[in-house]
Amino acid sequence: MTSISATGAPARGAAIDIVSASKRYGGFVALDNVSLHIEAGEFMTLLGPSGSGKTTTLNVVAGFTEVTSGNLDVGGASMVGTPAHKRNIGVVFQHYALFPHMNVGRNVAYPLTLRGIGRAEREKRVARALDMVKMADFAHRYPSELSGGQQQRVALARAIVFDPPILLMDEPLGALDKKLREWLQLEIKRIHRELGTTFVYVTHDQEEALVLSDRIAVFNQGKIEQIGTGRQLYDEPATLFVGKFIGDSTVLRGDVRTSGEETAIAVAGETVVTRKRLPGTMKPVMLLRPEKLSLTRPGQAANGRNRLPGQITEAIYLGSGSKYEVRLRDGSTAIVRSPLEAEIFAIGDAVSLTFAETDAKLLADDGRADLTLT
Amino acid sequence: MRHFPGNWIQAREIPLHIRDTHPCEVFGVSISQTGLASTAEAASEPAKPPPRRRLHLAGNALWLTVPALLLLLGVVGYPLLTIVLRSFSEPMWGLQNYVWFFGTPVNLVVLQRTFEVSAWVTLACVICAYPYAYMMTAVGPLLRMLLVLCVLVPFWVSGVVRTMAWVILLQDSGVINSALRWAGFGTVRLIRTQQGVVIGMTQVLLPFMILPLYSVMRGIDLRLVQAARSLGARPSRAFLQVYLPLSLPGVYAGAIIVFILALGFYITPALLGGPRSTMLSTLVQNQVLSLLNWGRGGAMGVVLLVATFILLALAAPLMRQRHRQGARR
Repeated sequence: MTSISATGAPARGAAIDIVSASKRYGGFVALDNVSLHIEAGEFMTLLGPSGSGKTTTLNVVAGFTEVTSGNLDVGGASMVGTPAHKRNIGVVFQHYALFPHMNVGRNVAYPLTLRGIGRAEREKRVARALDMVKMADFAHRYPSELSGGQQQRVALARAIVFDPPILLMDEPLGALDKKLREWLQLEIKRIHRELGTTFVYVTHDQEEALVLSDRIAVFNQGKIEQIGTGRQLYDEPATLFVGKFIGDSTVLRGDVRTSGEETAIAVAGETVVTRKRLPGTMKPVMLLRPEKLSLTRPGQAANGRNRLPGQITEAIYLGSGSKYEVRLRDGSTAIVRSPLEAEIFAIGDAVSLTFAETDAKLLADDGRADLTLT
Repeated sequence: MRHFPGNWIQAREIPLHIRDTHPCEVFGVSISQTGLASTAEAASEPAKPPPRRRLHLAGNALWLTVPALLLLLGVVGYPLLTIVLRSFSEPMWGLQNYVWFFGTPVNLVVLQRTFEVSAWVTLACVICAYPYAYMMTAVGPLLRMLLVLCVLVPFWVSGVVRTMAWVILLQDSGVINSALRWAGFGTVRLIRTQQGVVIGMTQVLLPFMILPLYSVMRGIDLRLVQAARSLGARPSRAFLQVYLPLSLPGVYAGAIIVFILALGFYITPALLGGPRSTMLSTLVQNQVLSLLNWGRGGAMGVVLLVATFILLALAAPLMRQRHRQGARR
C-alpha cells in the first residue's frame, strides 16, 4: 500500500525486473529461465501462442504463481514470497472477473474500501476512474446488465482506481468482437498515456501487440525468443519463430550452399541468393516479408537474380493494394503484397516471384518455429 | 398419513436428481439466477450467452405433464384436501379441532420443539455441508466422485435401517458411549434425547444441504477470488466478501429444504427420541392410528402446513436477493 499518494494523483509507474525465472509443474516447464526488464511507465506486451509462458509470467508478477527459481523485483524490491494482496498491482482478466453481487460503483470502490479510504475520497476516485473509461453513467448497473466491452471497461476502472504503479492485463480483449477490440485498444493506449503506469499486456494477437506496445517480448515454449519494438521484431527477427509469428512471411527452404559472404538456397530446382551468411552450424532458411516480394509474368524481364516460378492460388483486393498467395514448385506458399499501381493477377495465373538479394533475411531453421503456431 | 409437507419430496427420489447436471434446480435455487438473468440479457448488447433453446411443441403437447399431474393432484392433492376438510368436519363441522390444538399446552410445546429441533438440524447441516461442498468443487474428478458417493450411499439404504444404526451407535451401551467411557469421560445420554434426534436427523438430511450448495458453489468463478486478491483483499476477506455472498443462494435453498423436511420427520424422532423429544408428526400418528381421531390429526397437519407456508413467505425475500450471476461464463 506504499504507493497510494495522499492526493490520489496518479502514481508513477514502477520498473519490473524478472531475473532467470523458471516455473515447473511436475515435469512440465512453463517458464524456462526467463529474464525480462520492463522500464517504469513502459507498455510491454508479452506475445506468444497459448502455452508459451506469457500468462505464467503475468501470474508470477501478479503473485498468483510463485517461481520455482529466479527472482522478481518490482520498483527495486524483491517480490518473491509476497502474497498477491500485498503487491498493489492492478490486474485485468480476460473474463472481466467483476463481482456479480456488487454493482459497478461498488466493484470499482472495492479496492479503495479494502484500503480503508474514506467515503468522500472513495466516491471522488470511483467517479474519476469511471470517467476515464467512459462508464460514468453506469455506476448503478450490475455487471450482468452490461455488454462484454462495458464489463471490461469497468474491470479496467477497478484495476486503476487505486493508482497501482503496475497494471497487468491478461488478454483483456480476447472475448470481444473485432470492432470493439480495435476501439478499446485505442482507449487502453490513451489511458496508458494519461496515467504513466507501467502496463504489462498479454496477448496472442500480434496485430494487437503492434498497435499497443512500446516493446514486445515474444514467448515460445516457456522462453523469450526476442524482445524489441514492433519495428525491430518485424524488420530484424532474431529467430524464425519471431519472423513467422509477427506479420506475414514467406519461408524458403532447400539445399544450402555457402560461398564467401553469400548463401544460396535451391528451392525446387531454382536457386535464390542472399548476400548474408549465418554464423554457426544451423541450417539457414530465407524469410521474406510480403511487401519485399514482387510478381511478374514468366519470361518478363526483372532486375536481380532471384526468380522463382509459381502459380497464384489466392488474390485479395485490399483497397490500398493487393495480396496474393502463390504456390511455389516445392508446394510451399508465398505471400505477396503488391502496391496499387502494380499489375493485377488472377487466380491460376503463372507468375515469377522476384526479390532483391538484400531483402531476404537469413534465419536458422531451429525447429521451434512450426511446433506451436496457432 | 402422507400429508406432511416434508413428505412431498420423497427421499428415495433424490438419486434421480443427482444424475441430472443441475440437482439444485429441483431445490429451487434457480429462482435467484435464471429469472434475473433473462431480464439482464434483454438490457445488454452482444457477447451474451444465447437464450436457452426452447422446444417448439404444439399447444396440445401439455398431455406430457399428465402422468405427473395425476400423481400430484390425485395422490397428494386429493388426500390433502380430505384431511383439511376432515379437520373442520370431524366429529362435527366447526373449529373444535383447532380450538383443542391451541388449547392444549402439550401440543404447543411439541410444536415449538418441532421448530426448535428443525432449526438445530438446519444449522448443523449448514456447518457440516458448507466445507464439504466446497471441497467437492476444489478436488479432482476422482476424489469428487468419491465425495459424491459418500453423499449418495445413505440414500440407497432404507431410512429405518439407517436410524436403527444410529440406535446402535447412540445407545448407552453403544459404540460412542463405550469410546467415551474408555477415554474416561463417562457416559453421555444420547439416545431418547433431543440431541440424539438432532444428530440422527442431521445425518439423514445432510445430502439435501450438500447438493444445492455444491451446485451453486460449482458455478462460482474462482477467478473472482483471485481478482479480489489482486485488488488487495487478504484470503479471509476475499472469502467473506466475494465467495460467501455468492454461495448464499445455495445456503438458503439447502436450509429451506432441510428445515421443511425436518418439520415433518417421523421415523428418526420416533426411534431415536424419547417422550421429551416427541415431534409433531409423532403426535399426529398417535391421534390418527391410536385414537382414530382423524379430525385432530388433520388439524395438526394443517397447522404444520400453514406454519411452513408462512416460513417460506418469510424466506422469499432472501431468495430473491439481487445476486446476479450473469457475468460468469
